[in-house]
Amino acid sequence: MVLAALKGVGFTYAYAEHPALVDVDLQLEEGLLHGIVGLNSSGKTTLCSLIRGVIPHFHQGDLTGEVTILGRPLLEWDAAELSRTIGCVFDNPFTQISGIRDSVFEEIAIGLENLGVPRTDMIDRVERVVEQLGIEAIVEKNPNELSGGQRQKVAFASIVAMDAPVVVIDEPTSQLDPEASEAVFEIIDGLKAQGKSIVLAEHKIDLLAQYADTVTVMHAGTVVMSGPTRDVVGSDEFGSYGVVAPEVTELGRRLAAAGRPLDRLPITRGEAFDEISARMRSTHAH
Amino acid sequence: MPIELHGVGFTYPDGSRAIDDVSLRVADGERVAIVGQNGAGKTTTVKLMNRLLIPTKGDVLIDGASTAKRTTAEVARDVGYVFQNPDDQLFAADVRSEIEYLPKYLHWSDQKREERCSRAIELTGIQDHLDTNPKDLPSAVRKFVAIAAVLVSECRYVILDEPTAGLDSRGLALLHGMLDRLRDEGVAVITITHDMRFVVDAFERVVAMADGGVIADGDRRDVFLDDDILRRSRIRRPDAAQLARDLGLGRRALTVDDVVALVP
Repeated sequence: MVLAALKGVGFTYAYAEHPALVDVDLQLEEGLLHGIVGLNSSGKTTLCSLIRGVIPHFHQGDLTGEVTILGRPLLEWDAAELSRTIGCVFDNPFTQISGIRDSVFEEIAIGLENLGVPRTDMIDRVERVVEQLGIEAIVEKNPNELSGGQRQKVAFASIVAMDAPVVVIDEPTSQLDPEASEAVFEIIDGLKAQGKSIVLAEHKIDLLAQYADTVTVMHAGTVVMSGPTRDVVGSDEFGSYGVVAPEVTELGRRLAAAGRPLDRLPITRGEAFDEISARMRSTHAH
Repeated sequence: MPIELHGVGFTYPDGSRAIDDVSLRVADGERVAIVGQNGAGKTTTVKLMNRLLIPTKGDVLIDGASTAKRTTAEVARDVGYVFQNPDDQLFAADVRSEIEYLPKYLHWSDQKREERCSRAIELTGIQDHLDTNPKDLPSAVRKFVAIAAVLVSECRYVILDEPTAGLDSRGLALLHGMLDRLRDEGVAVITITHDMRFVVDAFERVVAMADGGVIADGDRRDVFLDDDILRRSRIRRPDAAQLARDLGLGRRALTVDDVVALVP
């Protein structure tokens, strides 16, 4: 089934002068990891809020065009049902952490409590995600005492624990170090392996190129490119929206400029390794 | 003249220790990147440099003199601090007032004010936005407004907290150009960042931190060569450097240019 289908969608936040989304056409399939890239203020967060139904169920504004989520028009969804179906991690963990729980453990469990999950099951699920994210050392802490990076991990953990079939995540790694960022991507990859659909707005293009099935580029409130990761990230057009290409793609382009192009432009380190080692073997053989 | 941390430690009032016994020396015009995982003590270390935090142990010296008796406002004139989130810093109704705030506050002469402001505006490429409210600017431009508001002072040390976060390719080029100009002027730049590609492209010296202490301080090639340092500070080589190593092309290659030169 189609996860999200948008046709000619526009959205202007209430009291805003300019539209946040303009004439967006986009189709995202179920069961895949969809990366959304684009500069700040390009519409990524608004797109995530729309797919999650926070727009228009919570944020008011002027919505035009057609939005269909899992085969049903967005406006026909019951807000509570949508919350159970789509988990969402916002980009600013300070707004997501409830602040009404005394420990990180309880904070992670709050979504499960709201869904009425049995206590033993709830504890199991929280313990599992705590271990996956390696945050055992902070589970007894008060969420209000955490650093930005720690809060970001807790906000992410609370959504993973909810086990929703669809997860929308807005920049989960913006305050995380490289090791923690990779851990987050590995968990997201694990969610996909369980058959979940993931929409992920993210700046770290090297990780996205490695893990995402499709990439959508947003620019000035609209979708300017969307398709399989390789087609989008490896295209010349990709750079024209100001988005920085993966480092190995840059390497491939510089080699081409130096008159030594690789057979295929790499978008991941693994691909670059294969291309260059093939080159080295053939050079050696001559 | 340098800024020096002598055996500096900082413990929060609740008893949790952020850093312990950190010694560092940053000279005029030098560029230093401080790296390490979340919670390693990077932010605490740079906040101690401009007295946003006051050491609970050791001393911070600027030009050989202790800062123990100076106020944060005084030290901030020598050591500028650009926050990661420009919204933590900007307050004026238009960009020009934001930049001119400090010169007016310090009652500089018109000529000096004009000179310092135009330099800061030019260095950060914000000429076209002077009459705009910073809140109406894209966050990448807001970031440069925040940098300009710090560069307008006569500080000789600038601390940049995650300067590349949210920048597009044009913003990155602007940032690199600005760093080169600052070096020509003898202004030292200290950054704390998770962006290793930025580190190897722009910083010769790398300080790796872990568990509140400095575990390595030296040439970027030496720091990124050592697997043990990377493991302990939980940092990664940039992709091009790791690729060169995996391919057996070279253990000291770090930047894309280094690797281009090595591929047959």
